[in-house]
Amino acid sequence: MLDFIGRLFGRVDQGSSSIAKKRLQLVLVQDRTNMSPEVLEDLKTELIGVLSRYLEIDEVGMSVELDRSDDSIALVASIPVKSVRARSVQTDSLKSARVGE
Amino acid sequence: MSGQVVVVTSGKGGVGKTTVVANIGTGLALSGQKVVLVDADIGLRNLDVVMGLENRILYDIVDVVEGRTEVRKALIRDKRVEGLSLLPASQTRDKTAVTEEQMKCLCDSLKEEFDYVLIDCPAGIEQGFQNAVAGADGAIIVSIPEVSALRDADKVVGLLEGAGLTDPYLVVNRIRMDMVRRGDMLDVSDMTDILGRQVRLLGIVPDDQSIIVSTNRGEPAVLDPKSRAGQAFRNIVRRLLGEEVEFMDLNEGGLVARLMKLVGLAK
Ligand SMILES: Nc1ncnc2c1ncn2[C@@H]1O[C@H](COP(=O)(O)OP(=O)(O)O)[C@@H](O)[C@H]1O
Ligand SMILES: [Mg+2]
Repeated sequence: MLDFIGRLFGRVDQGSSSIAKKRLQLVLVQDRTNMSPEVLEDLKTELIGVLSRYLEIDEVGMSVELDRSDDSIALVASIPVKSVRARSVQTDSLKSARVGE
Repeated sequence: MSGQVVVVTSGKGGVGKTTVVANIGTGLALSGQKVVLVDADIGLRNLDVVMGLENRILYDIVDVVEGRTEVRKALIRDKRVEGLSLLPASQTRDKTAVTEEQMKCLCDSLKEEFDYVLIDCPAGIEQGFQNAVAGADGAIIVSIPEVSALRDADKVVGLLEGAGLTDPYLVVNRIRMDMVRRGDMLDVSDMTDILGRQVRLLGIVPDDQSIIVSTNRGEPAVLDPKSRAGQAFRNIVRRLLGEEVEFMDLNEGGLVARLMKLVGLAK
C-alpha cells in the first residue's frame, strides 16, 4: 500500500534505471573486494591476533562474513568473548565494521 | 614504424565488439591511417562478414602462426578503403590454436607495418581473452547500458590491469535516449560513475537500425554519411587521433523533450 502511494506521488525519475544503478554499485563492491574464502580466512586469523591482545576470545564460535543488507555491504563479525584481559576494554562482542561507502 | 595494438573487449558477448572493430577500423583508414583488423575470435569468425570480405579468404590467423603462410599473404585488402586490411580468424579451430606468445609475435610484426592493429576479442575471460590481449598496447571496453554487461566490463577492467593494460577506453553502445529520458535506461553518466575513474569515455553509440542494415550489406555504418551510429564512430575516430570532439546530442526528441528536461519532468 505504502509502495503504491509512493509510486503515485513518487518522483518521476524513479524509473528502473535508478534501481539498476543501485544494484550494480552494490554488486561491484562485492566483486571488487573479491573476498575469496582464503582471504577471509587470513583476515580472520589476523583479527584473532589483534583481538587476543585485549580479549580472550572463543575462536571456534566466531564468524566473520561479508554481508549484503538493503543498501550497503558490511563486514559482520560475531566473536564470543570468554574473558577480558587486564585492560580497560569492556565490549563483549565486536560487530559491523563497515567496508566501502 | 611502430603502430599501436588496441584490443576491443567486453567480457559479455553480443554487446558490439565486432561492430566497433569494423567501424573504428574503417574510420581510421578513411582518415588516412594504415589499419589491420585482426579477428581473434577463433572458431566464431564474424569480422569478415561484418566487413563484407568473407568471399576473399584464403588463409587465416592459425595458418599464419603455424607457419603455413606468410602474414602478407593472409591479409585481405579492403578494396573500398585505402590502407585497410583484415586478418581473419579460423572457423574450424578453437581458442587454444593461438598461444599468447604467438599472438605477441604476430602483433609485434604487424605493428611494424601498420599504424593501428585492432584486435576483435572473443567473449569471455578465459584463454581466448588472455590470448587476444597478449600483444596489446591499449584497450577499448565496449559495454551496453545493462547491469550484466557493466558488471562484466568492470571485471574486464581488473583483468586488463592484470595484463598491464591500465586506463582503458570505454565505448557505450546501443544507448536509447527515449528510455534514458523516462528513467528506464542507465545513462552514460551513470555508467562512468559506476565504472569509476579507471575508464576513459571514448564514445557513445546510439542503438541504431542502420547498424543492422549495414551488417546485412557488409558495409560498416561509418561509411554511410546519414547513419547516426556512423557519425558516432566518426567522432570516436577523431578522438582517437587526438582531436577534441564534443559528445553527440542524442536527444532526437526535439523541443518537447528539451522542455520536459528543463522543467524536471524527464532526465
Ligand atoms: N549500436 C547498435 N545499434 C543496433 N544494433 C547493434 C548496435 N551495435 C551492435 N548491434 C547488433 O548487436 C549484435 C551483436 O553485435 P556484435 O558486434 O556482433 O557483438 P560482439 O562482437 O560483442 O558479440 C549484432 O547483431 C549487431 O548488429
Ligand atoms: Mg564478435
